[in-house]
Amino acid sequence: MTTTWTRIRPVLLGALGVGLVVAVWDLYKAFGPEEGVRLGERTLILPRTTDLAMPHSWEMVQRFGEPVTSLAGSPTAFEAVWDAGLFSLGLATRGWVIGVVIGLLLALVMCRFRIAESAILPWVVLSQTVPLIAIAPLVRRWGSQIDLFGHVWTSEDSVAVIAAYLAFFPVAVGALRGLKSPARTHLDLMHAYGVGWWRTLLVLRLPASVPFLLPALRLGAASAVVGAVVAEVSIGLKGGLGRMVIDYAQSASGDPAKPWAPIFGAVAIGLVAAGAVGLIGLALRPFRVTGAFR
Amino acid sequence: MSAIEVRGVDRVFTRGRNRVDALTAVDLEVRAGEFVSLIGPSGCGKSTLLRLVADLDAPTSGAISVFGKTTRQARLDQDYGIAFQQAGLLPWRTVTANVELPLKLHGMDKAARRARVAELLELVGLSDFAKSHPDQLSGGMQQRVAIARALAEQPRLLLMDEPFGALDEITRERMQNELVRLCAETGAAVLFVTHSIPEAVFLSDRVVVMSPRPGRITGIVDIRADGLVPAHDRAAGVREESGFFRAVAEVRAILHGGSGIPAPDGARGVDLR
Amino acid sequence: MTSLAETGATDARARLPIGEVRWSTVLAPLALGVVVIGLWQLAVDALEIEPFVLPSPGAIAGEIGANIDSVVSGARATGRNALLGLVIGGVVGVAGALLAGTFRVVDELAANVVAAAAVVPIVALAPVLYSMFGAAVDTGRIIVAALSVAVPVYLNTLRGLREVLPVHRDLMAAYAAGRWQVAREITLPTATPYVFTGLRVGSSLAVIAALIAEYFGGPIGGLGKSITSSAASSNYPLAWAYVTGAIVLGLLFYVATLTVEQWLSRHHHP
Repeated sequence: MTTTWTRIRPVLLGALGVGLVVAVWDLYKAFGPEEGVRLGERTLILPRTTDLAMPHSWEMVQRFGEPVTSLAGSPTAFEAVWDAGLFSLGLATRGWVIGVVIGLLLALVMCRFRIAESAILPWVVLSQTVPLIAIAPLVRRWGSQIDLFGHVWTSEDSVAVIAAYLAFFPVAVGALRGLKSPARTHLDLMHAYGVGWWRTLLVLRLPASVPFLLPALRLGAASAVVGAVVAEVSIGLKGGLGRMVIDYAQSASGDPAKPWAPIFGAVAIGLVAAGAVGLIGLALRPFRVTGAFR
Repeated sequence: MSAIEVRGVDRVFTRGRNRVDALTAVDLEVRAGEFVSLIGPSGCGKSTLLRLVADLDAPTSGAISVFGKTTRQARLDQDYGIAFQQAGLLPWRTVTANVELPLKLHGMDKAARRARVAELLELVGLSDFAKSHPDQLSGGMQQRVAIARALAEQPRLLLMDEPFGALDEITRERMQNELVRLCAETGAAVLFVTHSIPEAVFLSDRVVVMSPRPGRITGIVDIRADGLVPAHDRAAGVREESGFFRAVAEVRAILHGGSGIPAPDGARGVDLR
Repeated sequence: MTSLAETGATDARARLPIGEVRWSTVLAPLALGVVVIGLWQLAVDALEIEPFVLPSPGAIAGEIGANIDSVVSGARATGRNALLGLVIGGVVGVAGALLAGTFRVVDELAANVVAAAAVVPIVALAPVLYSMFGAAVDTGRIIVAALSVAVPVYLNTLRGLREVLPVHRDLMAAYAAGRWQVAREITLPTATPYVFTGLRVGSSLAVIAALIAEYFGGPIGGLGKSITSSAASSNYPLAWAYVTGAIVLGLLFYVATLTVEQWLSRHHHP
């Protein structure tokens, strides 16, 4: 009895938490001031509650079942968001894979050569403290202008590169920490066995890095989704959720629930990406024990 | 009045469907000013017993009193000082501020606090490190700070849970000598958890031997019956006396033999259960 | 030494490692930076790369010099949103974590919402926030920045609140210390380094969020809008000049947070 309750409790409360957010939204819409709450002259600190500004939560859900536009043959918003979500998720996946490969390679190099670590690591950290994603709009023109060994650079490639840029950082830092996590004793043991750097890597460092790598991969996946969506906006690539957010926002004045559809789509693919990486964690379960290396 | 009185105490831990009898039918009395050690292998419940006395945990059944009060009241009245295996110093406080902590928590004014801390640091020989931070001290020095902190409010009872467990043998013997001196100066009763036989024998008036599964007391050795002076009066030389070796043999025999009979002449003062 | 020395708390409180700075930790990254910029300039010159692909560092520097006023005012507009977002998000994150650390039910209620917020592109909320608050005022952009900050600050603070050592907890119980005394002496000092870890991550996110929110619409003025509009008019070196402004702004936020952290930990641990 008590054990089933302790298992169900977080699930129930978690769902209740989401419900609370929805309830606060609808209650504020019902009882909040029409013109919002202002701080001083101009600055709104609580939103307007008109139907235009804040659609009801159920309207957002209903909107998924309705056609995107009034044109004949228009797909439902759900179908449109589904397709766009898959498209963005695909780009994010490409970016994630590139980011993971680069991040792992950087981590290996930094782990192998001390001088590489002191030269590269500050720049890796710096790369995240600066909003280099600001260059996204500038990458737009790369489309069809660069020809790399017969592969014509497309806007999709630009989006994937930006997604990769956001994804590589947690992977590089997490992998480096993981690779350096084995205790002195274990390294001495390998040394005593007369085992070289590569064998030590395979037998000791890589397994030891798993508990550090998994959260990094998950973070990287979430970052890749953010990168893909934002890059689509900045580059103006059609077909994905990012552009859809902008497009649907244009019709917000007549159809206020519509812009929420791609936002929920973005939430969904973020969760899917993080969840999919969680599955990798299941496969690597035997290595997730940290105790042996403490 | 006795410092600690434990009557028929059981402590059962249940985790899911697992049931662990950490302590079963424990009776023990520690008299005022007496030094009593608890010794036994891991899992025999010696630390659990100390935590029960400190009111950091409650018994499943049975009763414990400290100076005739409930353990909770004794804790609220700050009747005991406590030290753990980890020194447990706050890394963001200086040595002075660490020793000062219980005094500050219990509302002593600043001038009195400073005077008392200076006295305590003098007592444990760390006056020169008053302004250092814990991470600048060796393990032994950290533990001395922790002991000074435990003595801060002049408790009549000290609870010590393997305070020297993480120290090397040489530091450890030096700390034992100092502890004997401190106890002589303060006259406090001590309940001391250890798993070192010589440590228990050297420090104690009586050594309580415990065994696991279920955790219980298997024997009590009265060290004074082996011809050693009372714990408060001991000096480093006691470790060379024949009585010391006899007592060590007795404790070891009970630890390993359970109910087995120790050396023929060692039966004096031994209370086997 | 006890295991205290290995906890993150003492680690993060370590003073600035000025004594330990070796030539490699300063010179190596600087050398790498100089080499990369040099190669970049050489590559642009030698391969005649078009400015819309990548302008040379020299050209960008020239544009910064020529438009310094507009870069600074753009940085000020975006920086204001980011700073307000950082402060609001930081306060919300810490306050939320304190609540969740004290009442388990709050933690469980928030768990799903926070886990979702951690993996979704918060900045995509910008357009709907614009229709809720109006695109002309900064509220929407500040909220996006604040939300981006609140998530890592909340998660890190909550983690810090849970890092209290059992021996410290026992000690305070033995002292019969009150709730508030435990919080002031143990819980808050233990959590402080973690709060700053969250704030450091958050400081970069605040700038990024405030900047990108401008890509989703809003008035001219901020750096983000300036980047897109100069890119739209094909003035790529100018766009890169604004990008450089954004990079400097991001660095400024990071260094400022780091400085406050160092100052505070020194204050606590001289």
